[in-house]
Amino acid sequence: MRQKSKKIDYAKWGYFFIIPFFASFFIFSFLPLVDTIRYSFFEYYRSGIKEIGPNFVGLQNYISLLESDMLKYAGNTLILWLIGFVPQIVIALVLAEWFVDARLKIHGLQFFKVVIYLPNLIMASAFAMLFFTMFSTNGPINGILMSFGWIKEPVDFLGTVLGTRSLIGLMNFLMWFGNTTIMLMAAIMGISPDIFEAAELDGCTSVQRFFHITLPLIRPILAYTLITSIIGGLQMFDVPQILTNGQGNPDRTSMTLIMFLNSHLKSKNYGMAGALSVYLFIVSGILCFIVYRMTNNEDMNGAKVTKKAKKERKG
Amino acid sequence: MKKRVISTLLITAMAVNALAGWGKSSGSETAEALDSGEGSVINVYSWNDEFRERLEAVYPEVKETSSDGTVTTLNDGTEIHWIINPNQDGVYQQKLDEALLRQADAAADDKVDIFLSETDYVNKYTDAAADVAMPLTDLGIDPDTDLADQYSFTKVTASDENGVQRGSTWQCCPGLLVYRRDIANEVFGTDDPEAVAEKVKDWDTMKATAGELKAKGYFTFSSYADTFRLYGNSIAQSWVSPGESVIKVDQKIMDWISDSKEWLDAGYLDKNIKGQWNDDWNKAMASNSKVFAFLFPAWGIDFTLKKNWDGENGVWAVTNPPQEYNWGGSYVHACAGTDNPQHVKDIILAVTADKDNLLKISKDYLDFTNTQSGMQEAAADDSGYASEFLGGQNAFSYFAPVAENIQIAPLSAYDQGCVERIQNSFNDYFQGIVNLDKAKDNFETAVTERYPDITEIQWPE
Amino acid sequence: MKSKNPNHIRSIFAHIVLIILSFMCLFFFYILFINATRSHADLQKGFSALPGGYLFENLKNVANDGTFPMFRGILNSLIVSGCSAAICTYFSALTAYGLYAYNFKLKKVAFTFIMAILVMPTQVTAMGFLRLITRMGMYDSLLPLVIPSIASPAVFYFMYSYLQSSLPLSLVEAARIDGSGEFRTFNIIVLPIMKPAVAVQAIFTFVGSWNNYFVPALVIQSKEKMTVPILIATLRGADYMNFDMGKIYTMILVAIVPIVLAYLFLSKYIIAGVTLGGVKE
Repeated sequence: MRQKSKKIDYAKWGYFFIIPFFASFFIFSFLPLVDTIRYSFFEYYRSGIKEIGPNFVGLQNYISLLESDMLKYAGNTLILWLIGFVPQIVIALVLAEWFVDARLKIHGLQFFKVVIYLPNLIMASAFAMLFFTMFSTNGPINGILMSFGWIKEPVDFLGTVLGTRSLIGLMNFLMWFGNTTIMLMAAIMGISPDIFEAAELDGCTSVQRFFHITLPLIRPILAYTLITSIIGGLQMFDVPQILTNGQGNPDRTSMTLIMFLNSHLKSKNYGMAGALSVYLFIVSGILCFIVYRMTNNEDMNGAKVTKKAKKERKG
Repeated sequence: MKKRVISTLLITAMAVNALAGWGKSSGSETAEALDSGEGSVINVYSWNDEFRERLEAVYPEVKETSSDGTVTTLNDGTEIHWIINPNQDGVYQQKLDEALLRQADAAADDKVDIFLSETDYVNKYTDAAADVAMPLTDLGIDPDTDLADQYSFTKVTASDENGVQRGSTWQCCPGLLVYRRDIANEVFGTDDPEAVAEKVKDWDTMKATAGELKAKGYFTFSSYADTFRLYGNSIAQSWVSPGESVIKVDQKIMDWISDSKEWLDAGYLDKNIKGQWNDDWNKAMASNSKVFAFLFPAWGIDFTLKKNWDGENGVWAVTNPPQEYNWGGSYVHACAGTDNPQHVKDIILAVTADKDNLLKISKDYLDFTNTQSGMQEAAADDSGYASEFLGGQNAFSYFAPVAENIQIAPLSAYDQGCVERIQNSFNDYFQGIVNLDKAKDNFETAVTERYPDITEIQWPE
Repeated sequence: MKSKNPNHIRSIFAHIVLIILSFMCLFFFYILFINATRSHADLQKGFSALPGGYLFENLKNVANDGTFPMFRGILNSLIVSGCSAAICTYFSALTAYGLYAYNFKLKKVAFTFIMAILVMPTQVTAMGFLRLITRMGMYDSLLPLVIPSIASPAVFYFMYSYLQSSLPLSLVEAARIDGSGEFRTFNIIVLPIMKPAVAVQAIFTFVGSWNNYFVPALVIQSKEKMTVPILIATLRGADYMNFDMGKIYTMILVAIVPIVLAYLFLSKYIIAGVTLGGVKE
């Protein structure tokens, strides 16, 4: 009896401890979300120094968004994400495999790890600003290429669709491939050495080993990387925003969804911004669901794999 | 352990203080030192330090300016706080609008006292209904007597729809053609301003001249945006008519689009320079550039060209452009609700209405100032107003006649956004990335994002 | 015997690829550094591979420009990031402990809920957030950049995984028998055990907050409260700043140097932390 009352007493503490989290979430995320959804049904914006609205307009904002270039920006976001993600995952897999392969005797392993992870910590806005100045037609990159005589005329990187998108992809690649490499490396190191030994005895080649043993065994971590990267991609903003000064040039082909949202927020168009937010919320909701499924099933394995890896490396 | 907890608490407390306290500490408490009942801080909103330089040059009450350029102290202890935000992309207007919306609730020392506006959006702020810029008469300035020597179009521009003047400017912005003497000598065999003027006297002659320059490997102008003002100033109707929500694109703008495309394709403009106010454009003003000329008003020569020129003085010269135009003009407004009306009045009078001060600005900064009689004197006084940068040329003798004829184009509050967006959207068309219709679509998308109240865009047939 | 040779070739190939990638990562910073040491006039002439002697002058220009208060911005960023890191890790640990160590009715619901919002982008609530903090009088202040970090689902999940692997509940029971209060138990016994997790997450939260641009750009209006990323972004749109490219490069340099230096000292720890608990942000 005494035991039981004590337990109820402790349960109270559980609530106390989680209250700050939920209070903060409620105030700073939930209320704003409700507010955002509410105003998505209103015409509400600021014209110069006058405020117009709010007037209830039903689904008008949602319809005008569908009629606008929103889907095109969604496509841009997808393309920009792919340009960065595909090389990122391929290179990361290859590097991770190399790093853990003792037969390759990689020298300066720690140095390489430190260097490839470095760009991940750089402020995206400063990185984009740096790329903007370096790749301008009179910038250092063109200067270097011309002084080597590789090109005669300066290349207008930011003037072409391919150039701008490639630069954004390159930046995203540089910023994330180190991180992914280290994640995957830990996953590979978590695979039991017995399996590799057995494969070795069976005369398995490196390529076979990679495709038939490593890849299937790190699948949970790969899926996890994929999902987090998709969500990161959906939120892509800093790099294209600053590289193109918020214009998504040329021909609005590097305009992402969040940049679109930002331009509505900047012109204080609350109605439109609200409707766009709701669209984004639905998309990320679907992604959330997938992640939720994963964290409950597969990723638990993934987390264990990495944790094991960590222990092994320390031990 | 306890010690550490306490120190952590202390640090947190300090940080919270720092977080919460800022903004309140910005005004220094010198109010009681003043006898006039005026506030101790004059907040000035602007987009660069041009106005500060002018004020320092001519306002006798200025004592000193802090090394970072954010605070100027006057002799009576009043501080002028400079709040500078970039003009581009409407950032300045956004910040100013935020401040104006807070004006009524702001503490006395946080109120906006003076703000500046450009011709592109001056009439958003002089709007009688908005009532954010005080009528000058409320300050005790009588435009008819105090500002009698100003060019009348500047007074009209700064007035609301009822003819009440709500701002004043020190400058007047007739534009000229500024060219490189060395390139003129090489291509035309002469660098004489009269001879060059003959070469650029109208658009047809200009085009032939551009061909000559091209043959020798030179660009006539740097960017398609350089010629924009010449067209944009002669539009027949404003971008948006008062009370409407429709953007009407003028035929002149379409002419600029087709001419720019033609010039760019012909190689008369540098394809690599996209618009103005960027690094590429600045580099086009350096000595190793292949660009022959720029179209600039007086402030452009002093504020932009001179700062980017890395060669000797005397290489640049001015002459008459193919078409008369004006570009820019910064208006000074007293903000409704100011707690320093007396200072504001003094500053406006000193910087925009005092002939001696204005002539000093003209002499020191080559700025074409807002005094009709003064500018006529300057135009006649070749020895007094010769510019070293222009190799001893007296630019005022070229500016003054243009200023007499300035017809200000019909303005609207939407001009800056329209001009920026049209140049940006049509860049893709000039570069051959999109066709004309797509560029129009992109302009429509971009401009309605900037101005949600625009319902329609009409293009000329 | 056969496999030795191919391995040798592969090894050389791997080294070449690694060197190219490292070169790509470092090359941009090299150019940045070179250009920050040269004056505007030098830069107008074109690129040079050797540093100039203008770095100090450029730094002085950056420090003396009240329009772009870079050093003030760094201070603001330090305060915001430091406070965020402290608050975020403490409350995440607290929440994780609350859900891990206690059994209560809504435990399962609460945990599921946090998992569900794990990847909700902050951007979708930005509009309402902006209106909310305006009504609360926190518009244009640094507080709204700090306080919401109390609720960080990703950090919570990390802490929770860590607790699962390293906090035996018997330890908590033992503390109770000794008469330690619940809150005290958390602060005195649990927090020190979680130190590695807290340290790693503090670093990542700090970096995330330091680099954050979207929300601060909407919230902060006045110059003296701007954080570094906003200043950098303003630079991109500022016409009059383009007069001095040396200064621009120096500003970028100043913006990223603190993080790079900190990274070089803590790199081993940070890299190990990336995989700790398998959470990636």
